[in-house]
Amino acid sequence: MVRHVRHTIADFGLPIELVEAHAPVVLFDKVWLSFDEKVILKDVTFSVRSGHTKIFLGASGAGKSTILKLMLGLLKPDSGTVWVLGHHVESMNEDQLMGVRHHMGMVFQEGALFDSITVGENVGFKLYEETDMPLDDVRARVEEVLGFVGLDEHIDKLPSDLSGGQRRRVAIARAMVAKPKLLLYDEPTTGLDPMTALTVDTEIIKLRDLEQVTSVLVTHQLRDAFYVATQEARRTSTSEVEIVAAAEDKVEQADFVMIREGRVAFEGTAEELRRSKDPYLQKFLS
Amino acid sequence: MSDTPQPGWLVEAIKKGLLGVQEYVKLCMAAARGAFSRPFYFRDLVEQIDVIGLGSLTVVLLTGFFTGAVLALQSGMTLDQFGARPFVGRLISASMIKELGPVLTALMLAGRVGSGIAAELGSMVVTEQISALRALGTDPIRKLVVPRVLAGFIMCPILTVVANTVGMLGGWINAVTQLRVSSGVYWSSVVEGLFIQDVWMGLIKPFFLGLVIVTIGCHVGLRTSGGTQGVGRATTNAVVAASVTVLVVDFFLTRLLISILF
Repeated sequence: MVRHVRHTIADFGLPIELVEAHAPVVLFDKVWLSFDEKVILKDVTFSVRSGHTKIFLGASGAGKSTILKLMLGLLKPDSGTVWVLGHHVESMNEDQLMGVRHHMGMVFQEGALFDSITVGENVGFKLYEETDMPLDDVRARVEEVLGFVGLDEHIDKLPSDLSGGQRRRVAIARAMVAKPKLLLYDEPTTGLDPMTALTVDTEIIKLRDLEQVTSVLVTHQLRDAFYVATQEARRTSTSEVEIVAAAEDKVEQADFVMIREGRVAFEGTAEELRRSKDPYLQKFLS
Repeated sequence: MSDTPQPGWLVEAIKKGLLGVQEYVKLCMAAARGAFSRPFYFRDLVEQIDVIGLGSLTVVLLTGFFTGAVLALQSGMTLDQFGARPFVGRLISASMIKELGPVLTALMLAGRVGSGIAAELGSMVVTEQISALRALGTDPIRKLVVPRVLAGFIMCPILTVVANTVGMLGGWINAVTQLRVSSGVYWSSVVEGLFIQDVWMGLIKPFFLGLVIVTIGCHVGLRTSGGTQGVGRATTNAVVAASVTVLVVDFFLTRLLISILF
């Protein structure tokens, strides 16, 4: 459907095989970053495979959100390499980064919706502004993704008319509208009540499993992190979507990374995280 | 004997100031590049022309009219001392077109437009809307800065012409009703007092002043930090910086234009 993007990844010479199944979509190699005198990230190395989920845990200020900003090219590392969708994003200029960002989506901590335009215009922003897609097609896609997150009746409202949870779901709809290959979530459930947080978690799971989007989730909400890692979305024979306990191979596709004072303190599956004897991890999980 | 204290704060202040200037120059260059390359957001340009141009029309009309009117009253009294009351039109046209029209219009725009831009962009920065724009693959410079800069560049001279016109009308009303100068004498004096160089000066200056106001508003807005308090600070800073810069640029531009045109 989204064929009219002005910049395509091919424009920037993406080695397409890198976004094929189970290839690393994101690769951080010995990344260091500091602001003035304060070192934010220290020798951070990890990779995210296509179709997998990476969940970053850690205390506030540990450097989790900074990792997402580095992936988007909103920040540049002091040293080390950041590969995203086959690109060396740390060495790309802003114009080149725009091409890569067309294939990524990000859900910001507070939604970061544009407050002076409607929900529909927010969701369709990328298609309206950056593609030559016919307006009727954009409208249809916007209705489709708003239907996906269960907010299609709010299309003409302003973001200020929605609740906190609805705004996060609109942000998810906006991030997914152009069918990204990689979705980044920055604390998508922080500040939400448990029921609303569960709704947002469900949208993340649905997107990952039904739309095959690689997901990177930053959170300090353990309940949400484990829920996303251990549940999966399936379509029933009547095309209904149900959330069920994930099969073992699916659970293994969700990796946890614990960031502590800018360093990777742990990397492994949900089960490995639960079994860890590290006192810091145990304290964090308690 | 203690060592001479290092003026650390001074060095920091100078570094901060130079960094600010560097960022401002980079923003101006990026905006210039954005104005001459694709993608170009034409709809946003039209919207900004409406906001900056039509939106400022009332304040510019009132400022221009009353400046011309009060100029007639004040200069009438002074000219009377030399028996030169019929020359009031010449004084008003020269003052308005060469200096007061461009500067007062620019100051009004600095207050209305510069503050508005800084507040809008500042709010977008602190609520991560600017980061969201970039994440969505849209360059904030092209989408937000270029349309505003072009709108300021186009509309400031037009508004200045409007201010000059109503200023001379305000002067005419007062010259006729208060100073008892006939309409014919007033208007012929207006025309006699103007040289083509004056008109050029009055038309060239607003292009630069418009650029200064809008680029400062954008620069200050995009560097906002510190939440809603920061937005308030950015708004105030934008107005103060733009107003002072307008007066400074006006002085140097006037010197330059005098050396070129006269």
